[in-house]
Amino acid sequence: MKKKGILLPILIWCGMTVLTLLPIWWLFVVSMRTRVQLFGRPSLMLDGFYWGNYVEVLQNEEFRYYLWNSIVVASSNCLIVTVLALLATFALSRYKLAAEDSLFFWLITNRMAPAAVFLLPLFLLYTQVFRFGDYQLFDTRIGLILLYCVFNLPFAIWLMKGIMDGIPKELDEAAMIDGASTFEVLTKVILPLAKPGLAVTAILTWMFAWNEYLFAATLTSVEARTITTGLAEFVTVTGTNWGELAALSMLTLAPALVFLGFVQRHIVAGLTFGAVKE
Amino acid sequence: MRSPVTGWLFLAPTIAVLGIFGLLPFFYVAFVGFFDWNPFAANPGLVYAGVNNYRRLVFDDQFLRSIGLTLQFTFWVVLSELVIGYLLAQLFMRDFPLKGLFRTIHTLPLLVAPIAVGAAWRLLTVPGLGPVPFYLDRWFGIDFRLGSFENQAFLTTVIMDIWHWTPLVTLTLLAGLSAMPKEPFESAQVDGANRWQIFWHIMLPMLKPVLLTTVFIRLMDALRTVDEVWMLTGGGPGTATRYIGLHIWRVVFPQTDYGYGAAMSLLTLYLTIMLCWFLYVALVARKPRAS
Repeated sequence: MKKKGILLPILIWCGMTVLTLLPIWWLFVVSMRTRVQLFGRPSLMLDGFYWGNYVEVLQNEEFRYYLWNSIVVASSNCLIVTVLALLATFALSRYKLAAEDSLFFWLITNRMAPAAVFLLPLFLLYTQVFRFGDYQLFDTRIGLILLYCVFNLPFAIWLMKGIMDGIPKELDEAAMIDGASTFEVLTKVILPLAKPGLAVTAILTWMFAWNEYLFAATLTSVEARTITTGLAEFVTVTGTNWGELAALSMLTLAPALVFLGFVQRHIVAGLTFGAVKE
Repeated sequence: MRSPVTGWLFLAPTIAVLGIFGLLPFFYVAFVGFFDWNPFAANPGLVYAGVNNYRRLVFDDQFLRSIGLTLQFTFWVVLSELVIGYLLAQLFMRDFPLKGLFRTIHTLPLLVAPIAVGAAWRLLTVPGLGPVPFYLDRWFGIDFRLGSFENQAFLTTVIMDIWHWTPLVTLTLLAGLSAMPKEPFESAQVDGANRWQIFWHIMLPMLKPVLLTTVFIRLMDALRTVDEVWMLTGGGPGTATRYIGLHIWRVVFPQTDYGYGAAMSLLTLYLTIMLCWFLYVALVARKPRAS
């Protein structure tokens, strides 16, 4: 009886693991095949290591540029969001503000709106309204960086709020009595204590920005295209090169594989904007 | 002393960014919805159209069909994910070797970019290359062609969504289950309640807050699904998987009919909010049954 109690979960979990990994494994297998190997009996086994698809993708000037754009956009967004969220949660946690709860709630609602609904107004705003002479926000990295704040900032604030509230107020109050300025309190008392939480917030923010597709596809045309839009462009082109598509997908996936271990525990708080805590 | 002014100063950049890029589009879409406008035409005129755009929507078969499809899709994915997620969460409540590893692997799909999810499933299901059509044909004699059969395409998007999001449900319900006190279950067992009674009268009411939160989050996300489906089927075959997000995108941008698109966006936003509110009232306002 006791043995069965352990065996059954393990069996189910092994099955689940296979199902979970299958699509990703298949991406990997396809990315490791030559064009000739691809068509035939679709074996799930790895035939060998053929790096040609990765070489093709990485040698392609366009995709290298897309990758670079994605890195710049995700990193800048991550930096801005983390800093603003730190400041905002410091204010929300340490100051008595009028209508604080409503404000907090409004911040969060920004994450809930369906993205597709905001495509059109943002497209028009970016091409028609936010323009200064010849400069327009459409097809710029800065346009994407600022836009991604709309769904990343609320999430970061929600996550950081819990972390900030967890830092005892007595600590920074004591520092203030000792004559520390507000800036010193933030950088010398709060920041070191908030570091681990800040790191998780930053990683998840970075991932969300890296993964985003819909806005990137609509609000860019040439200059600011990101890697996810490059991935989608692949399919519409006649005669899809599946091997390269898989290789590019694997490159998109790489950060997720790297960060998975770090953020695994916090991902629920992240994706449910903190409504369910683990 | 901490003055609120300093606090507001810290908040100012956040409010500015979210105000301009989050709140402003909302008002802007409401404004544009009352006009006929194509700013990219030779002579872009902003022509007041009143409620014409909205009137057109009501008789737009494709729009209504997209909403219907989205609701069907949402119903099936949320239901399946809740059931599978709950069962898996219960499994996770037990102790077994390598639990941490399994948990990490189970979390993986959540971090994968939706567009890459779509690419992975497309590679799995594309005829002549993917193993899914090949083995379905060989083992079951099923003719699987994503681009030809509407039901298969619909089902594949549902399964893809289940693959992508069930882990979230598992983890949230696991969080809820772990936080539960043990006493009510023990006393119920002593009183001779059977498994079903314990589940229905003790487990469910206690899990309700977490369950509702999970349902809402999945509901909102499922209603706005775009990326994966765009990559997998592009909304086809025909319009079998043209969910509302895809529909807005497909109609508005090629046709440059911005006033109509704005009306469509606003109505979709309204319907989303209404649906969530309606379900919230229906589920939360219902009094728990006395046992």
